[in-house]
Amino acid sequence: MRIRIKFAKYGAVKFIGHLDVMRYFQKAIRRAGIDVAYSAGFSPHQIMSFAAPLSVGHTSEGEYFDIEVNSFTGIKDLIGRLQSVMVEGIRILDAKVLDDGEGNAMASVAAASYLVTFRNEDILPKGWQDGLIDFYKKERIPIIKKTKKGEKEIDLKESIYELKAGPQKTSGTEVYLLLNASSGGNIKPSFVLESFFQTIPFTLPPFALMIHRLETYQNIGTEEERRLVPLIWEK
Amino acid sequence: MRKLALNDEILLTVEKPARYIGGEVNSIMKDAEKVDIRFAMCFPDVYEIGMSHLGIQIIYDMLNKFEDVWCERVYSPWVDLDAIMRKEHIPLFALESQDSVKGFDFLGITIQYEMCYTNILQVLDLAGIPLLSKDRTKDDPIVIGGGPCTYNPEPISDFFDLFYIGEAETRYRELLDLYKACKKDGVPREEFLKKAALVPGIYVPSLYQVTYRDDGTIKERTALLEGLPVTITKELVKDVSHTYYPEKPVVPFIKVTQDRVVLEIQRGCIRGCRFCQAGQLYRPVRERSLEMLEEYAVKMLENTGHEEISLSSLSSSDYTKLPELLDFLIEKCEEKKINISLPSLRIDAFSLDVMNKVQDVKKSSLTFAPEAGSQRLRDVINKGLTESVILEGAKLAFEGGWSRVKLYFMLGLPTETEEDIQGIAQLCNRIAAVFYETVPKEKRTGRVQIVASTSFFIPKPFTPFQWASQCTKEDFLEKAYQTRTAIMGQLNQKSIKYNWHEADVSVMEGIMARGDRKLNQVILKAYQKGCLYDAWSEYYQHDVWLETFGECGVDPDFYTVRERMDEEIFPWDFLDCGVTREFLLKEWHKAKAGQVTLNCKEQCQGCGGARFQTGICVKHRK
Repeated sequence: MRIRIKFAKYGAVKFIGHLDVMRYFQKAIRRAGIDVAYSAGFSPHQIMSFAAPLSVGHTSEGEYFDIEVNSFTGIKDLIGRLQSVMVEGIRILDAKVLDDGEGNAMASVAAASYLVTFRNEDILPKGWQDGLIDFYKKERIPIIKKTKKGEKEIDLKESIYELKAGPQKTSGTEVYLLLNASSGGNIKPSFVLESFFQTIPFTLPPFALMIHRLETYQNIGTEEERRLVPLIWEK
Repeated sequence: MRKLALNDEILLTVEKPARYIGGEVNSIMKDAEKVDIRFAMCFPDVYEIGMSHLGIQIIYDMLNKFEDVWCERVYSPWVDLDAIMRKEHIPLFALESQDSVKGFDFLGITIQYEMCYTNILQVLDLAGIPLLSKDRTKDDPIVIGGGPCTYNPEPISDFFDLFYIGEAETRYRELLDLYKACKKDGVPREEFLKKAALVPGIYVPSLYQVTYRDDGTIKERTALLEGLPVTITKELVKDVSHTYYPEKPVVPFIKVTQDRVVLEIQRGCIRGCRFCQAGQLYRPVRERSLEMLEEYAVKMLENTGHEEISLSSLSSSDYTKLPELLDFLIEKCEEKKINISLPSLRIDAFSLDVMNKVQDVKKSSLTFAPEAGSQRLRDVINKGLTESVILEGAKLAFEGGWSRVKLYFMLGLPTETEEDIQGIAQLCNRIAAVFYETVPKEKRTGRVQIVASTSFFIPKPFTPFQWASQCTKEDFLEKAYQTRTAIMGQLNQKSIKYNWHEADVSVMEGIMARGDRKLNQVILKAYQKGCLYDAWSEYYQHDVWLETFGECGVDPDFYTVRERMDEEIFPWDFLDCGVTREFLLKEWHKAKAGQVTLNCKEQCQGCGGARFQTGICVKHRK
């Protein structure tokens, strides 16, 4: 049986990298006494699939991973057990038994939403918010992206599914972004904002952005007509 | 939520920020307002090394079990953060509370190897604590040192207010109670130190004076006050089965060197290898009960979630109930897919059978530590491992499917000749030959792989070799060259890989190991000139060290190449590690005559450890 678990990451643990978060959960699952399934072979490992890696320094309330279990004592019990062995800064938010046909967490990721705030708003050029909306309204946003193989031109517009500037959830200046997060087309929120500020032109100083992931989505529609729903959702 | 001492910009700039944030699973948070004593426990090296150390985990657990104490951890900031902290005047902080170390009552520093001495100064410096004990005031923590290097604390005596000699489990409560009483009554720092000097196992260096002869050796050592102990005897846990041991060790977020549950099965060693300091310091050997080990193994695995457990001791094969313990662990671990790691096992039919059960034979290698290449020299060092035992073990292993062998040797041992060095190469060659004789062609999956490593012998205090001379850097390198040439000349040389340790750092370690109080100024100056992380070859600056010795007018060869007279007073002679000087001297003479000494299980040698009335010494007499 496969189970998907949703968690939040905040505070000091935002400095723990993706691979260490995976190791953290492998140990946590043992501490919680969850009857997790292991791969065969001489060095067995827990069967586990993480959704989209979160960069060091980012916080999130929309992280997911799947595990496979041999036996199961119910969602509520599982959440309770896991939560009881968490450190400050990681909170179990939800869990769900996956249906047979559902893909694993990693393969399911289509998009992710972010809330971006600025460490110091005072340094930003006046009227940047209107500029950002104009930037987003363009038909095409051709941009050079560095890849492992070199540089290539992409249309950034295709990867920005939604962009809102202005107060959304909390007070203050912030940007809401819904971006392609699939394995082939992942776009980082910092890349979008750096690309925009370059057009003004304005260079963001290092560590100017504080990035918080709100949710990770799967696409239950088609390529052409996306229908994005969270990795755990009720039909 | 905990507030961090470092801001986001710094944490996102430095390598591995998780070294500095604390908050790990099982780390202890207390209310600073509700404890009487804040204790910062420091391992003066980088987090991944410090977090792998069992001793600190034991002390951390013990001190935090005391309700009136909050013990937190401190490690050396890595060089990147070190530079930022100096530039931005950020004081060194403890991981748990993120509070500045300067405000603590105690700063405890474990001193595990000589090459961390400049890191001790880094920790004090970054914390804003005066480097010299004499400059500290009531606003500074009491700086206390412990660990194996405190068996010769003299080279670093100026930097510490106190040293705790021996095992920490026994006297901390008494020392802390004394501190609390003094704090309550407003007793000045100097007065507290005088009172602390009367606690067994505690050494207050500033209360003693040393005078020297013209030749630089020690003339006399005098206590500056009446009533101070002349010798300080090490502290020792008599009952190791009913004492402090962590049930919930801290689980680091990042991968550390020892990323597993560590089960210390016994303390001490029966063997008496003459080069080995640990084998003398921790006498008499004391085994933990099987019941205790089983209970702790289960609890520690449950509380950490680690996927591996390792047995720790100086010689695991000598633990009496090893078969029972391994049966238990294999059964427990199999169901939970936990690996068992078995260092320091003698290679024989039993250990091969066990390793076959717990390891992937194809991937693992066997380790032998003959330490010397010839039987003659192995007798000199009292290493009771013979060539026939090694070859027999190798044969069994090759039959069992192993094809990788690691061999550890030392170069520069007392009385070593070119023949002994040739012996290293010949032994490697014979092991390779055993493989080709034992394993038929059709069963071989390539060549046998033999990796021979040599380290350079460094005489240590409280060993029979404390009188011995140490090689110069040039001698060491010549010996490594001879070893390499000898190996190249062997028939099976293509199956043998040879590594050797760095020579210059071995020389420096030797200087520190048998150094005296004159080295304090050298260490201080070398630190001020930028020496730091000397245990890390990429940061070790041999030239700067030598230059500093010159500037201080201290001859480094005095501490190393000189062979000591039998009656010389050593800087560490005022300490009593349990083993008597008479015993060590007898062993030194026997070594030079090539005579072996039986181990504690075979026959008591009267080393002096029996006065502790515990462990093998009691068992032996039954």
